[in-house]
Order: sequence, then structure tokens, then C-alpha cells
Amino acid sequence: MDWHSIFEIARGDAAFLFPEAMLVFFGLATLLTDFLLTTEQKSWNALTAMLGVALSGASLWVLVRPAAEYVTAFSNSIVVDPFFICFGCVLLAATAFTILLSVRYLQVAGRQGAEFYALILFAATGMLFLASGSDLVVLFVALEMMSISFYILTGYFRSERRSNEAAVKSMLTGAFSSAVLAYGFSILYGIAGSTNLQAIERAVLQRHADFPGMDLLTFLALGTITAGVFAKIAAVPFHFWAPDAYEGAPTPVSAYISVGSQVAGFALLLRLYLTVFWPVNVDWSALMAVAGVLSLTVGTFAALTQTNLKRLLAYSSIAQGGYILLGLASAVNRDGSLHERGLQATVFYIFTYVFFNAGAFAVVTLLQRRGEINDEIDDLNGLARRNPVAAVLMLIFLMSLGGIPPTAGFVAKLLVLWSLVESGHPYLALAAALFILPSVYYYFRIVAAMWVREPGEEPATPLITVAQKFALAGMVAVTLAAGIFPEQFLHFARYSVLGPLGL
Amino acid sequence: MFFFSDHHILCTVLLTPLFGALAVWCVPRGLAELQRKVANGFALLGLGVALPLIWKFHADAPEPFQFVTDGNWIPSLGVHFRLGLDGISLTMVLLTALLGAVAILSGWSAVREREKEFYVWMFLLQAGLLGVFMSLDFVLFFVCWEALLVPLYLLIAGWGGAKRGEAAMKFLLYGIAGSVVTLLAILALAHARGTFDLREILLHPFMADAGKLSFWLFWGFFLAFAVRVPMFPFHTWFADALAEAPTPAAVMLAGALLSTGAYGFLRISVPMLPVAALRYQGLMIALSLIAIVYAGFICVAQKDLKRLVAYASISQMGFCTLGIFTLTPLGLYGSVLQQVSHGVVTAALLIATGILSERRGAETVSDFGGWAKLRPRFAAIFTVAALAAAGLPLLSGFIAEFTVLRGAYDLRWSVAAWAVLGIILVAGALLLMIQRTLFGAAADSTAENSVEEIAASSGLADLNLRELAPLGALLLVSLWVGIYPGPLLRTLKRPVERTFENAFLVCFPKARAVEPTRGASDGQKMDRTQPNSVTGAATPSANAPAAEKAK
Repeated sequence: MDWHSIFEIARGDAAFLFPEAMLVFFGLATLLTDFLLTTEQKSWNALTAMLGVALSGASLWVLVRPAAEYVTAFSNSIVVDPFFICFGCVLLAATAFTILLSVRYLQVAGRQGAEFYALILFAATGMLFLASGSDLVVLFVALEMMSISFYILTGYFRSERRSNEAAVKSMLTGAFSSAVLAYGFSILYGIAGSTNLQAIERAVLQRHADFPGMDLLTFLALGTITAGVFAKIAAVPFHFWAPDAYEGAPTPVSAYISVGSQVAGFALLLRLYLTVFWPVNVDWSALMAVAGVLSLTVGTFAALTQTNLKRLLAYSSIAQGGYILLGLASAVNRDGSLHERGLQATVFYIFTYVFFNAGAFAVVTLLQRRGEINDEIDDLNGLARRNPVAAVLMLIFLMSLGGIPPTAGFVAKLLVLWSLVESGHPYLALAAALFILPSVYYYFRIVAAMWVREPGEEPATPLITVAQKFALAGMVAVTLAAGIFPEQFLHFARYSVLGPLGL
Repeated sequence: MFFFSDHHILCTVLLTPLFGALAVWCVPRGLAELQRKVANGFALLGLGVALPLIWKFHADAPEPFQFVTDGNWIPSLGVHFRLGLDGISLTMVLLTALLGAVAILSGWSAVREREKEFYVWMFLLQAGLLGVFMSLDFVLFFVCWEALLVPLYLLIAGWGGAKRGEAAMKFLLYGIAGSVVTLLAILALAHARGTFDLREILLHPFMADAGKLSFWLFWGFFLAFAVRVPMFPFHTWFADALAEAPTPAAVMLAGALLSTGAYGFLRISVPMLPVAALRYQGLMIALSLIAIVYAGFICVAQKDLKRLVAYASISQMGFCTLGIFTLTPLGLYGSVLQQVSHGVVTAALLIATGILSERRGAETVSDFGGWAKLRPRFAAIFTVAALAAAGLPLLSGFIAEFTVLRGAYDLRWSVAAWAVLGIILVAGALLLMIQRTLFGAAADSTAENSVEEIAASSGLADLNLRELAPLGALLLVSLWVGIYPGPLLRTLKRPVERTFENAFLVCFPKARAVEPTRGASDGQKMDRTQPNSVTGAATPSANAPAAEKAK
């Protein structure tokens, strides 16, 4: 093989694989170079991983221009469009934050392995393929790639009971949900005789025209696929694994599962709903509305009494997922036409959620000390005295989660409520608005611990390393910028769903 | 001057507290004295930059809002950064600026830990309040309305009394509960009208043809405003929050935050939803009267100084809502006067009680006594403030309550009678408080110690100049409003007229003929027919031809 042919391949379809290829390449590189490093140098693995994320981001940047033409590659099995570019950016940001937060966490925990970073990059690869895949096989393999990496990462602390329990739980439910999803995919294949999404789209549309009203096969596919994806995004009633997994996993991994898995799941959901299942949009809109309200109810009320921060944030993630589902419900007008602002609201919510939710987990990560994870609410006592900067950062992230201006969370909730009102679902808007009140209560229980209560016997100030500073700065910058000057972020959200997906 | 031009002055006023927060934040940790000085400097600057508004504002200008600043904030949502003032909001902005300066000055000795953070939150709170009064865009209004809850929450939670956690959480949850429903109301309103512009909706209020929507909107907004005022069933957060808050936060809470509720009624509920306001007028008046009388009774029974002031405050704010929902020009004038009066007088009372508890370390009435002999300056100030709150003529409380009562009397005499009962109760409670704290046997003197010895003992001195200045300024404002409210009324004339006429004379053309009490507004109506007579009814020379024409 000569160099020339490699360039030929790189100029062809393979160019569209560069973002994922970089992640895989550097993931393998961390594994291969690990043996060269001494124990003190293990944190350099993070540097290699970050380099991979950066190069992957750079290749995404190069793909912006072709993405405007919605190119497909490898006989239509992946598609490079604005949707992929935008979700890719956000997922890579989440990956970068996770890596930056992990360095000190692993150092303190005393288990700094190359495999941790490699697995994070492999999970990111799966996520990117979930955003770009346009073939059922690619999507399924991508989903499994992400999920399996997460199972291992969740159980990364082998000697810890909680970590083990979390890994087993999430693996069992994950395997089950993957099976259900695969069943749904097989029905789609049965309908179309092809695994390609565009072919399936045509077939479903044809079927919808042939059998107006109830078409059992389409609904079966819709139901099973929705159930499978709901388990990945921890939407009620498929959420049971989430609180245990978040609590048991290393905190940076909890953050990564919470934002990465959820966002990638939503990418899959949006891709399928906006293309394949668009003919039955009124039905899935109702499904989203029910699941959204259920997620809000369960997430909110379960979070009210939690004392463990990670569990609380897990339930809060479920509730936040409820808002996103309601946003998706509002993307369809009552007459079945597309409501653009609803779609924009959904995507805006997903994108900004990554930053402020990861931010809340990041502050919890700071609390960790040798031998203890410190993830109870009481561990935050008097943080406003001990470390005002960390306390204010946590305040901003919690305000955003609670939807209080001037933060990204406020604009996101405003958009969702507004599009619910405009798309003719005022009662859903009322429900969504009323759930803000209890959610503010449980978020501000954390704030109260930081400001009202006295610091306990350990006044040790949480240390913030340079890597963590970078991560926190990025998260808080987006949280505030998208709250105060949301215009550019709204454009970004709109751009991401341009083209075949709706707009 | 760039910063004080008509288009920039509101931004200057709004941004000064934010820059104050930034400046205090930049002072290194540990330099508490410097932080305090910078904070006070910016607080005074905040008042200073607001003062030019007084002489730049034209009370008789034909356009409804002046100093309009309009920037495209979120173009894809049609949300603008739009600021502007009319007479009512000008009054509120000046009140907030004054209270902001006074509050921060009053925290000089009261706040002795984590000063930097404290001042940052104070400035953010002030900016939020100013934003509420200035904004002419619903989204901006809401952002300020809700965002200011957090700084105040933190001020109470971080620097408050023993039960600060519960009090702060209660305050926050009440505030958020009101806000979320209001957010929906704003979205529904924008959905119906396709704009977030307040001016646009003020020009075309929701009339009878809007159907049920206007009633839903009314209740949506009502919840938020009623929680803030606080009106009768929603008042329970206030006494707790005020009792636990540190003095500077308490001053902003009672003086300015409560006014945002009344301002909301004046700016949104009544002029934009006149049909609904008229329909629920009876209920609103009943709730106001309950607040006035019920809070009055609680006031009499209170032992705790700050709680006493809190319930007196609820009773006085009852007059604000009563005035608004009499839906007469006099009532509206009275309501704004009462907001000003309540703001400055309650602030003075709170600072005074703050000084008392700071020196004595106690907050129960019976812990004090005989202070008049030892601390004459303090006694004089405290007495004047209490009398102003009790409604003594020549002080602001009297003129405000009198105007509201006059409006209420026109509506129905029994309404005024019930309101008077409330005044008597509050006055009685305040006078009793004065008697027990300032006169009688000195609680801190014993047979062995002479008066002079106690006075000289550390921590129990009379007021120093730094404490005297803010109290004096507040009482001077009260005195000025009480003796010569003319300029204030002239400022309010246009917006009050507009609120009244826009909504009611347009909505019910017959109302003018039926109501005998609207004579005064008829005269003013004539002035509006000739917008070229710039001075309007304010000066006799311009008024004379108008009166002739009226004949």
C-alpha cells in the first residue's frame, strides 16, 4: 500500500470519519503509551486524551462546510449534517470536561489508569456515531459502544461495593433496554427491507399512506424503540438504574453519563423521530408529553428528600429530561405540523443542559478527598465560608438547573414553556411551570447548606487544580453567556436542526 | 455628557450598582475597610447618577415614557432591552436609589463578616430592583423580577438571625411560586398580542373582547404581585424574612421590594387588564382591608421590634393596594405616595431598630426602656419615624393615607372607615413601642450606676454622625412629602391620568357622567386636549385658559 492510496481514501468517504477516528486513535494511543509512564506521570494520559478530543473537534470544524450540503458516506450509513456537527461539538465539550475533572479525582483515589481515559474516548466515539449514524446497524453498534464503555467506567473502582453494584445494575438494565431497542430496529427492517434510515423513512411514509389511522407495526416499532431510548436517557418509567449508577460511579463518570448518555440518547431520539417516525408525529408527541410529565413528577418528588448529592442530581437529571421531552412534545403543533420554536427550544435545552448539569457534578467532584468521596449534602456545609468561589459556581449551576435568570436554564425553560403555549398545550405548560417550584426547593437546600450552615469540623478548603479550573470556567461561561446573551446560542440550536431534520 | 444623555442615563443608573459589585469584588480579600469604603462610594454614586433624572424629567411631556433606551436583545425571540420611565417609575427608581445608598451605609457597623460578598449581593439586589422599575419589556421585567430573589435570599441566609435558613427559604419559595405563574401569564399575553413591549400593550389594553383570557392573566399576575406586596393570604413570609434579615437587606426588602408588587399592579394589572381589575375590584379591596386591619391587630400584640415594624408595614402596604383598587385618580396618587412614604419611613424604623438591637443585642420591646434620657438624638429620630409611620400630619404617612382614604371614601364610606381602624391600631402599637423603649425606667440602668456612667459605657453610645446621616435624609424626605407633595403629584399626574383614562373612560364612557367625584380629572382632561401648553395644569397661568375652556 502506498501513501497515495491512503490520501485517496482520506479524500473520499473516510474524511467524514475523522472526528470519530481521532478519538479511537488517541484512545488506543493512551493504552499503548501507558507503559512508558511512571506512576507520577500517569496524568499525562489525560493530556493524550485531551489531544484526541481537540483533534476530533478540529476535524469537526473542517467538516462544517461539507455539512451544509448534508453529505452521506459509506453507502448512506453515516450522514454529516449540521445536526451531527452541533451535537458532536457539545458531546466533545462534555468529554473534555470529564477528562479535565478526572485527573485529580483519579489521583486522589489512587487509581490512575490509561484505560479510564481510553474508555471515555471510546464512549465519545459511540456518542458521535449516534449523532451521525443513518443506518440501524451503525446506530446499534454505536449505542452499544457507548453503553459498554459506561458499564466499565461505572464499575471502575473495583474494590468499592457501591461502584460494583452500580455497574451491575446499569449493565443489566442497559442490556435489557438494548434488546428491546434491537427488537424495534428489527421491526423497522421488516417494514422496509433495509437498514438504511432514508429507505425506512420512505417505507414508513408509504405504509402510513396505505394504512391510515392505526398501523400496528409502526406503533410497535415506535413503542419498543422509544422504550429502549428512554432507558438510555433515564426517562420515567425506565429510569430505575440512574440514581444507583450515578451514586456508585466515580463522580466525573456520573457527570459524563448524566450529560453524555442523555444527550447522545436525545440525538438518536431526534434523528429517528424527525425522519422515520415523522408521519406518526402526533402520536409520539403525546407519548413525549406523558413521559415528560411523568419524568418531571418522579424526578422532582424523589429529589425532594435525597441527602446524597449525586443521587439528588440523578433525580434532578430525570426531571430535566422531562423538560426536554416536553420541549420535544411542543415541536409538533396540534394539527401535526412542525413547530419550529419547539424544536429549537428542545435543542437549546439539550445543549445548555450539558454545561450546567456537568457544572453541578464538577463542584461535587471538588469535594472529594483522600479516602472519602464526600457526596452528601452535609459535606457542602459552610462552603460559602470555606471556598466562596466554589460556592458561587455551585449557586450559578443550581440557579440554572432551577431555571432562575440570568442563566441558560432560565432561557431554556422560557423557550420550552413558550413553545408549549404556542403549540397549543397550555396545560402542559402549566404543569411544567408548577414543577419549577419544588425543584427550586431541592436545589436551594444545597444552597442553604453552603450559606446557612456552619462548616463542620473539617474546614479543609477544597482544592481546585488548573485542569478543574479550565473545566469550571468553560461550564460557567456558557451557563452565563447563554443566559444573558442567548442569541448566538439560539442560532446554533436552529442551525443544528436545519435541513432534512424538519426546518 | 454621554452618560447622562436622554438615551443613556437609564443604563448609567442601572449599571452603576453592577459596576459597584464588580469594584467590590476586585478588592482583595482581607481588606474589609477598603471594601466598605468602595461599597459606600459606589452606593452614593448610585444615588448621585439617579439625581439628574429629577431635572431632566418633563412631567408634562406628551410621550408616555421618557429616556427610552431600546436595544435588540434577543432578536430571534423579539425580546428587547428596553428601558424607560414615566412618573410612577421615576418615583420608584429614585426611591430605590436613595434606599440603596442608605441601606449600604447602614451596614457599616452591622455587617462584620464576609463584607465583600455582602456588598456584592446588595449591589446586585439594587440593580435587580432598578431593572424591575425601568424595564419596558416583559422578558426583561421578568428577568429582573425573578433574578433579584437570589441575592436577597443569600443576604438573609448568609447574614441573617438565628432562624435565617427557614426564613430565607420561605421567602424564596413564595417569590418563585408567584413568579412561575406570572411567567406563564407573560407568555400567554405575548402569545395573544405577539409582542413583549409594555408600551404596545398599555396602548391597547385587554378589553371586554379579550374574553376569559384577561381574567386568567389577571390571576396569573395577581399571584406574583400579591406575594410581593404582601397582600393578606400571602403575607406570612414577610414578617419572618424581615425579622431575620440583616438591617441593610431588611431596608431594601421592606422599602423597595414590596413596592415592586404595588408597582406591578399599577403598571400591569390595572392599566392592561382593566376589565378584570374592575370585575375583581371588590375582592381586592376586601383583601386590602383585611391586610390593613388584621396586620394592625397583630401589630398591637407584637413584642418583637422587627416583627412589629413588619406588620405595620403590611398594614401600610394594604393602603397601597386599597388605593390602586379604588380605581380613582385620588386612590392611585395616594397609592404611589404611600409607597414612597412607606419606603422611607419603614427604612428609617428598620435602621433605628437595627441600631437598638446592635447596641443591646436584644429585639424584644421589654428589653429596652429609658433610652430617651441617655440617647436624645436617637430618641428624637426614632420618635419622628414612628410618628410618620403612624400618620401624623406634616409627615408623609398622613398625606398618603389621607389621599387613599379620600379615594376610598368616594367609593364607599365604609371602606374608608375600616381602613381608619387599621391606622388607629398601627398608630397605637407604634406609640406604645415608643413609650416602652424610649421612656419609662431604663432597662439597662441599675440603682448604683448613674445615667452618665451608662451612657459612657462602650457600645451604648448615642448616634454618631454616620448613623445620623441616613436616618436624617430619610426623615427629611418624609417631611418634604408631608409638607409639600406638589412636585411629586405633578410628576405622577400624567401616568395616573393615563392609567385611569386609558382603561376606564375608554372602557366605560358613561363613567365620567355617573361619577360625581371625577371633577378634578375632568379639568385635567381638558389640558390633555391641548398638548402644546407644556406646563399643563401645574402652573396657574397655564391652568386659567384651560379652566375657561372647560366652562
